[in-house]
This record gives sequence, structure tokens and C-alpha cells, in this order.
Amino acid sequence: MAYDYSRFLRNEKLPHIWCPGCTYGIVLKSFIRAIDSLGWDKNEIVVASGIGCCSRLPGYVDFNTLHTTHGRSIAFATGVKIANPKLKVIALGGDGDMTAIGGNHFIHACRRNIDITVLVFNNNIYGMTGAQYSPTTPKGAWATTAPYGMPENNFDVVNLAIGAGASFVARSTAYHATHCEKMIKEALLHKGLSVVEIINACPTGFGRKNKFKSPTSMLLWMKDKAVQKAKADKMSPEELADKLVIGVLHKEEKPEYVESYDATVGLNKGE
Amino acid sequence: MAKNVQFMMGNHAVAEGALYAGCRFYGGYPITPSTEIAERMAERLPQVGGRFIQMEDEIAAMASVIGASLAGAKALTATSGPGFSLKQENLGFAALCEIPVVIVDVMRGGPSTGMPTGPSQSDVMQAKWGTHGDHPIIAVTPASVQEQFNETVRAFNLAEKYRCPVLVLTDAIIGQMMESLVIPEPGELEVIDRLQPDCPPEEYLPYDMDKDINPMPAFGSGYRYHVTGLHHDETGFPTNDPVLHTKNTKRLIEKLEKNYDDIVKVEEFYCDDADILVFAIGVTARSAKDAVLQAREQGIKVGLVRPLTIWPFPDKHLDKLISANNVKGIVVPEMNLGQMKFEVERVAKGRCEVEGLYSLMLDPILPSEILEKIRRFA
Ligand SMILES: Cc1ncc(C[n+]2csc(CCOP(=O)(O)OP(=O)(O)O)c2C)c(N)n1
Ligand code: SF4
Repeated sequence: MAYDYSRFLRNEKLPHIWCPGCTYGIVLKSFIRAIDSLGWDKNEIVVASGIGCCSRLPGYVDFNTLHTTHGRSIAFATGVKIANPKLKVIALGGDGDMTAIGGNHFIHACRRNIDITVLVFNNNIYGMTGAQYSPTTPKGAWATTAPYGMPENNFDVVNLAIGAGASFVARSTAYHATHCEKMIKEALLHKGLSVVEIINACPTGFGRKNKFKSPTSMLLWMKDKAVQKAKADKMSPEELADKLVIGVLHKEEKPEYVESYDATVGLNKGE
Repeated sequence: MAKNVQFMMGNHAVAEGALYAGCRFYGGYPITPSTEIAERMAERLPQVGGRFIQMEDEIAAMASVIGASLAGAKALTATSGPGFSLKQENLGFAALCEIPVVIVDVMRGGPSTGMPTGPSQSDVMQAKWGTHGDHPIIAVTPASVQEQFNETVRAFNLAEKYRCPVLVLTDAIIGQMMESLVIPEPGELEVIDRLQPDCPPEEYLPYDMDKDINPMPAFGSGYRYHVTGLHHDETGFPTNDPVLHTKNTKRLIEKLEKNYDDIVKVEEFYCDDADILVFAIGVTARSAKDAVLQAREQGIKVGLVRPLTIWPFPDKHLDKLISANNVKGIVVPEMNLGQMKFEVERVAKGRCEVEGLYSLMLDPILPSEILEKIRRFA
């Protein structure tokens, strides 16, 4: 029998706003399956997002959902988590949301190692506002605000998260839907700040003008580019130069923020 | 029983008032002259089972208090001019999404970094119009250390009751000075908590537009709903319907207007027979009180109108006094270049003269300066 997503969807709020060919729907499904596999109570789950196409995701899922301001989902989520640490808190947003306007919140949440799962939907472009360049747009790529090609260097979301102190960092792509589900699941199970960068395709904004003939060609690009971590470990830097390593790229045990806070200030709330 | 009297700084009194009101979360970012509120909360919150966090900036601080409030905690943040500017976008979010939070702005000289240690009253208009779009806002204006405490309790009560962000608009002098404070016994002051739903979760509507105030269950309580800063329908889901958008925006503002008598608090000092009025808030109102007493000694029939709620503006109070007393003139002293004066003129509608007395001198306006203006109308 086909998997029944409707148990987790606000079915009356569909159809979603995403363009045909957008990969956000695929990731939504991976996300739902990941949560389902954990058997968590829907009432305990909070999903916060910023502003952008992917940030409309919380509206479609039957949890406690919070669609905040551009770039701020992690800051809202931090308040939620501290006020009630029993809640399972997920903050998601686009590459613009998380690494441009919200970059400060992103790095500080990583530094604190607060128990929030951060999902970065990286489509290398500002989708919602119509294809302006973001901090992850590859150098030379076209964007409406980079009509001569992207002049700036870009961020590597994974390295950024590791450098800032996140205790779990993974990468997956929309093409690798089952892998993506697994990465999200592991991130959700991890205690501390977990980040999953999910490579996505925005055929409308990015693909059309960057020589991708179809949404399918963007998915195939992900397939070609991606190398699993175990395999990548055996490859030379030259061989990896043009590749995208997927998998769990960093994992360490370190004290979680709210627990550290409570221990430091002598608070025992029995949570 | 002996009263609990303490000699306390105004900023600390805000923190104590917040705790009395049940505040259990503080998210902030340090800025003079408000920082003592954060410091006090950092020390005191864990003692009452609450938590404190110093966020990475004021945008994050404002976001965190909204998140905490949604998770069921009464939440406070405090700042001053530049930080208050940064909070504005998320303040608008709280207004549209009807999230109870309390924000303290200890006003200092602006614009920009301005006069970090200099007192001022120049955020009166930012308080009202700082965030974009038409929106509701409540701002209380204490003028003593005791009022820093009591008005903070009232700010929380109003936030919870009307599901609206509430500002405590104070200034560097009231915030930094020390006076004796009588800490009320538990139960002595009313403490209000937000309305909870009595319907089953599947029937719950977070934003029923035919109601002024909807119940607000916490995330995690079993009532799952959607909160968005987009204009939304009664289910909380985004809508582009201009009719609904108009209806809801008006509803948000009208819910305060309808409850004017409950929200707007004004001290009328020697106003019964006054045909001259002084209209002042905060530290300036303290000088004004002195000026009124001196003028009365000289036989001048002057009274002080001292709003403890500046937003919504005390239109009704002022309007009534102007007509009933056949007022000749109103003096509006303020530590800015005339932000309140225009509002007073709007209410006066040409019935009397309105004279501003402005100062950016960082010292409080003196009673003698106010007296001089009063005498011009006498
Ligand atoms: C404060 C603020 N600045 C700018 C915008 C306009 N804006 C909306 S979405 C967006 C970018 C979205 O891109 P991204 O975060 O990558 O998400 P995507 O749409 O690609 O999913 C921008 C700039 C806004 N809503 N708020
Ligand atoms: S604009 Fe791009 S990111 Fe947005 S829905 Fe369309 S394809 Fe997806």
C-alpha cells in the first residue's frame, strides 16, 4: 500500500504554493517519513520557518507551526525551546533565510548547541522573490541581481555549521529522498544543535537561466555530483573538487544548551 | 504585617514587577541605559524557575520572547533606542499574530547611537509607529520606581488580557534612579493570565474574527495551530482576501479602542477647576507636578494631566477636560522636539492653545521652565 502522507498533512490547506518541478515537495515527504519513523506525538513537535518558498512548509504539516519573519526562525525557535524544553523543535529555511539575513542566528545557535534541528533548504537562489543571488549562489552563476554572473564567493553551509560549533551536521539532496529522510531522522534524534543541508532545485528561478533544460536535469545534476561520505573518504581532494559530499559529515557529543544552563544556574525543573 | 520596603533602582523594579506578574523568560541584548533589567533577570529568573538568555542581537531577542510566549511563558525583553529600532519588525509580528509580550524601552537620546547615557523621551512616536503597517500597540509610562514595578505588572496583565505586545516606555532617569519601593504581597496586585480554550482541539480557531480576544493555548498543550506573520484567516492560515485583511486589521485596533476605559490610565492632578493644563509623562511629569503646585500657590488654576498609558492616546480624558473646564491653554513639556504636542493639538481641535516646551539637554526639564510657560496662559 502506498505510504499515507495525509496523516501528517493539513489536507484542507493543499495544494501547496510550490511551482511544478520544485523539489520542496519531495523534501516535505522525506521530512514526514522521518518524523513518522520516530513515532513522536504530534503535539510535542514545533516547526518554525522564516520567509521564502520553503518556509511555507510548516503551513502544510499538522504540528505546532510557526511561520516567522525572514531569517529569524532559529531565534523564535530558541525561545520556544527554552520556555519548554520538552518540545521537539525544528527550524527550517532557505539558503537566503539561514545564511544571509539569518546568518547571525544560525551561527549562534550552532555555538550554543541548543537542541534544535535546523533544516537548510539550499537551492542556491532566492526563490520567492524571483531569483536574486544568495550567499550560496555559485560564482559566475546567473541571478537577476547578478546579470553578469555571481561576483561573490559563496558559503559552504556544512563548513559554516561545523565551524560555528554545531554538534551534528549532515548533507543530503532532494534527489536522494530516502537518504534525506535518514539524515533528517538522525538529526532529529541527535541531542544538541543539528543541521541538515538539503540541496534543492529551483527550476523557476535558478534552473532556467543556468542552463538546466528541465527540473529533471537538475535532479540528475544532484545525482552526478553527490558522493556518499564513506566513498568520499577514500577519494583524493582532486577527485572531490567538483563533488558534493553527502551523509553525516560531523557528529560529536557535547553539552546541550538548556541542560548546561540549568546545571549552571542550579535550576532543576524535572524536565 | 510589616511591609516589604526596599530601596531600589528603577530598572530593577521593572524586573521585580515582571517576576511578580509571572514572567518566566527573558531574552535580551545589553544596551545602556536598560542593561540592569537584563542583569537582574539573569540573576533572579532561575530563583523562581524561569530562564534567561542573552541573544545575539535585539532582533533575536524580540523573536525569542515571542517564541517563549507561544510556548506558554510570560516573556520580557528590554532595550533602548537603537535596540528598540531593531525590534520593530518582530514587534509587528507580535501585533499581527496577537502574541502577549512585554518590551521595555528605556529611552535615551537619539537618533542613531545618539546619547547613550542621556535621558530622553524621543521614542514616543517610534513606540506607536515604529513597525510598518497599521497595528495595535499599548504603551505604559511610569514616572517613579514604584510605578516601574506596578506598571510592569499592569503591562503584563494588558498583554495577556488583550493578546497584544505592550511597551513599558520609560527613560534613563526613571530607570537609573533609586527610590523606595513597596513590594506588594502576592495577591495584592491582580495578575491576569491569557484565556485558555474550553472547546476540544479540533474545534479551536486561533483567530476567530468575530471575537475581540481568542483563547491562546501553548504549543505542546494539544491544540495544534498555525501562526504566521502573513495576513491570515480564522484558522491562522495565510489569505490574500482584502476584505478579511481589512476586517482583521480593524479588529486588532478596535479591540483596544473598545476597551479604552480599562487600558488607558491617567492621573489628573488638580484638574477639577483647571483652565490651564500641563500634559506630561515620565520624569518630565515629576517636574510638571512641582510647577503645578508652585503655580497654584500663585493662584493660577492649572492642573496636570499625566498619562500612565500614552498609547492608545488618552483622547477621551483630554477631550473631556478641555470641554468641561473651558481650557485656555495646554503646556506640553517633553524631552524631544514635540512628539506628543501634535497629538495634544489633534485632540484640542483648535479649542485652546497648545504650547510645547522641548528639551534635548539631557537634564530633566525644570519646574521653573514649565511654570514660566504656565504663566503665559494665566
Ligand atoms: C526583512 C525582509 N527582507 C526581505 C524580504 C523579501 N524576501 C522574501 S523571501 C526572500 C528570499 C527567500 O530566499 P530563500 O531564503 O533562499 O528561500 P527560497 O524562497 O529560495 O525557498 C526575500 C529576500 C522579506 N520578506 N523580509
Ligand atoms: S520559485 Fe523556485 S523555490 Fe520557489 S516554489 Fe518555484 S521552484 Fe520552488
